Amino acid sequence: MSSLQGGAPVLEVEDLSVTFQRKGEKPTRAVDGVSFSVAPGETVGLVGESGCGKSVTSLAIMGLLPSRGVKVGGSVRLEGEELIGAGSRKLRSLRGAHMAMVFQDPLSSLNPTVQIGTQVTEVLLEHRDMSKAEAAAEAVTLLDRVGIPDPRRRLKEYPHQLSGGMRQRALIAMALACSPRLLIADEPTTALDVTIQAQILELLKELVVDTGTALVMITHDLGVVAGLCDRVHVMYSGKIIETADRHELFARPRQPYTGGLLASVPRLDAGRGTPLTPIRGSARDAIPWAEGCAFAPRCDNAQDDCLTEVSGSVVPLAYDGPGRELRCRHPLEHPTAPSGATALGAPR
Amino acid sequence: MTAAAAHAWGEEPLLRVRGLKVHFPIKRGVVFDRTVGHVQAVDGVDLSIARGSTYGLVGESGCGKSTLGRAILRLEEPTAGEVLFDGTDVASLKGEALRTMRRRMQMVFQDPLGSLDPRQNVESLLSEPLRAHGLGGGTAGIAEKIRGLLDAVGLPSAALRRYPHEFSGGQRQRIGIARAIALEPDLLIADEPVSALDVSVQAQVLNLLEELQERLGLTYLVIAHDLAVVRHISDVVGVMYLGSLVEQAPADDLYEQPLHPYTRALMSAVPVPDPVVEETRERILLAGDLPSPANPPSGCRFHTRCPWRQETRCDDEVPVLRELAPGRLVSCHWAEEIRDGVLQPKSADEVAALMGVSVRATGAGPIETDALVQGVDEPIERR
Repeated sequence: MSSLQGGAPVLEVEDLSVTFQRKGEKPTRAVDGVSFSVAPGETVGLVGESGCGKSVTSLAIMGLLPSRGVKVGGSVRLEGEELIGAGSRKLRSLRGAHMAMVFQDPLSSLNPTVQIGTQVTEVLLEHRDMSKAEAAAEAVTLLDRVGIPDPRRRLKEYPHQLSGGMRQRALIAMALACSPRLLIADEPTTALDVTIQAQILELLKELVVDTGTALVMITHDLGVVAGLCDRVHVMYSGKIIETADRHELFARPRQPYTGGLLASVPRLDAGRGTPLTPIRGSARDAIPWAEGCAFAPRCDNAQDDCLTEVSGSVVPLAYDGPGRELRCRHPLEHPTAPSGATALGAPR
Repeated sequence: MTAAAAHAWGEEPLLRVRGLKVHFPIKRGVVFDRTVGHVQAVDGVDLSIARGSTYGLVGESGCGKSTLGRAILRLEEPTAGEVLFDGTDVASLKGEALRTMRRRMQMVFQDPLGSLDPRQNVESLLSEPLRAHGLGGGTAGIAEKIRGLLDAVGLPSAALRRYPHEFSGGQRQRIGIARAIALEPDLLIADEPVSALDVSVQAQVLNLLEELQERLGLTYLVIAHDLAVVRHISDVVGVMYLGSLVEQAPADDLYEQPLHPYTRALMSAVPVPDPVVEETRERILLAGDLPSPANPPSGCRFHTRCPWRQETRCDDEVPVLRELAPGRLVSCHWAEEIRDGVLQPKSADEVAALMGVSVRATGAGPIETDALVQGVDEPIERR
C-alpha cells in the first residue's frame, strides 16, 4: 500500500459498453455495462479469459478504438474529465501525458525502424516543453529508472537489438515519460519468461508505490493478480461478474466461474496428481448476455432461473458484502472459512 | 508416480538419450555462406524415460527444450550423441526404418490451428496417418478406428465433416491429440500442449492427457515453460538452462526441495494464485537475461546470474550432472553446501554489481519474445 493511495478516483468508468457493428452482420456487444473506478496508488485487476472484453475495455478507456463500426456508450472520466465523445485532439493531448498504456507484445508496439531513443523522446517532445537535448537527457533517466543498463548506448539501438524483457522495459519507460496519473497494462508479462516476468512485476509494484500512479492491470493470469492487484474485477463475456478485494476473492470466490477458474489452474505448490476440475465447454459456447446468465451453460450451480429469465432481465451485479459485488443467483457458499486459509487448500 | 511407472522402474527405459548435441551454424555473408559460429541449442543432454511414465522438461524460452524434443524425433538432425528408443539408435536410422520408427513416437504441437491443415476436414486429418502407414484395415476399418479416436478424446462424431477453424482452441488440441495417438505410438512428445489455451480449457486437455496415458499405457515427454503444469502432470522433471540439463528429480522432490540455484530462482518466480502465499514467500530475483546460446558463459553456464556463485570453480570448471540422492541429479559444484544452508545467496543487486550487469534484463539476446510470440521456440539464427 502506498502512502499516496486514496483520494478522489483517477479513473471512473460507468456503464461502459462497446458494440462492434459490421455491415450486414448482427452487432456484437464486446463490453456491456462495465463500471469500476481506480484511486491513486491503487492497482485494479481486470481478469478474464480471451474474448471476455478486458482488452476492448482498455482500448475504449484510452480512446483507441476505431471510430467506424464501433459504438461506445457510457462514461469514462479521467480525473473528472469525460473522455467518451471527446475530440481526437483532446484525447491526443491526454494520451501519453495523463494516461498511458503498456501493451502485451513489446516488439509490435515499438516501431522497428526507429531508434529506442527517438521513440522515448518523441513522447517528451510532444507533451512536455522540452528541447531536444533536455529530452535526450530525460530519456536516459527514464531508461535507467526502469532498470535498463547502459541507457546511453541503448538509446541508439533498435527494438530488435533488445531482448523481450528490455523491450517491455522500454515501453514502460515511454509510458512513464510524463508521469501519467493512470497506467493501463494489458497483459504486460504474458510474452515474457517467468524470471523476466518476476522482474517486470516487481518494477510495476515499485512504480505504483513511488509515484502513486493508478494502475489497471489486465491479465488472464490469476497468479499475477494474486501478487499485484488490490481489487479484482472478473469479467465474462463482456460483463463484470464478480468484484472483490484480492484476499477475499481468492479465499472465498462466490461466482462459480471464479471458483472454476481457481480450481482449474494447476498450482506450483500442489502435489503431483492433485485433481484439476475444469470448467465444462468453452467461452465460445456461451450465450451472450441476452437474458439470465451467460455462464449458465457451463455452470454446475446453474438452475432454471439462470437460463430462462423470469423477470425479463439479465442477472444484475449486486452488493455482496463489504467491498464485494456479484452477478449470480446461485453463488458458491463458504460456510465459515477462517480468514487466511484459502478455499483451495492451505498455503504452503 | 503412477503405478505403471513404478512397475517399469527396473526395466530398460523406453527412451534413453546420451550426450545429445544439436548445434546450428550461424551463417554470414551474401555470396559465400561462411559459418561464423554455432548456436549450441542443445549441448550434451543425457536423460532416460521409463515406460508408462511422464517426463516433464521445463526451462525458459531459448533453453533448447523444444529443440531437444524435435531432435529425439529426428525432426532436427543431432550434431552428436545418440537417441536410443527401445534399444534402437534413432540417430542412425534412415528411410523406411526411420519412418516405421516414427510411427511409435508422435508429437503434439503447441499451436493446434497452425499444426492442422485448414483444408482438411477432421476425417481426412485423422485418416491420413493411418493410410500413410498402411494401417487400419481398409476404408471400413479406418472409419471405425476414427470414431474410436474421436470418442477417446471426447469429440462428437459430428466433428468428422468439419474443418479445424470451426472448432475452439481446446477442441483443436483434442484433434491434434487424436491424430497423434491414431498410430498407437509408445511415446508421445507434447511440446507446450496447453500454453495456447485458456486456463479453464487447459485443465480439460491436461486431464485428457492423463486419462489417455492410463488407458493406452503411453509414455510422455511433456515440454513446457509453465512449471505448475509440468508439476501437475510429470513423474520426473528435468530443468534445462542454456542447452543442458541442470537438474533432474522426481516431480514432488524437485518442487519440495529444488537443489540447483536456477531451479530455485525459477520456482520462486512463478506466481501462485493465492495472495497469502504470494505475500509470504521469498522471491529470488535473477540478475540479467539469458545469455546468448551462441556464446555461452564459461564454466557453469549459470554463473553469470547465480546468487550462490563462488570465487572458485564456478567460472572455469564445467559442472557435471551428478547424483546427489537416489533419482536426484544436479549439475552444481556447490549443491550440498547450498542445500545444507552453508552458503548464503547474494541479492540480485550484488550479483549484478559483481558481474557488471543490471539487476534487471541486460538484453543480451533478442530471443525470448520472438520465440514466444511466434508460438514456438524455433532455434535462433537459423537460415
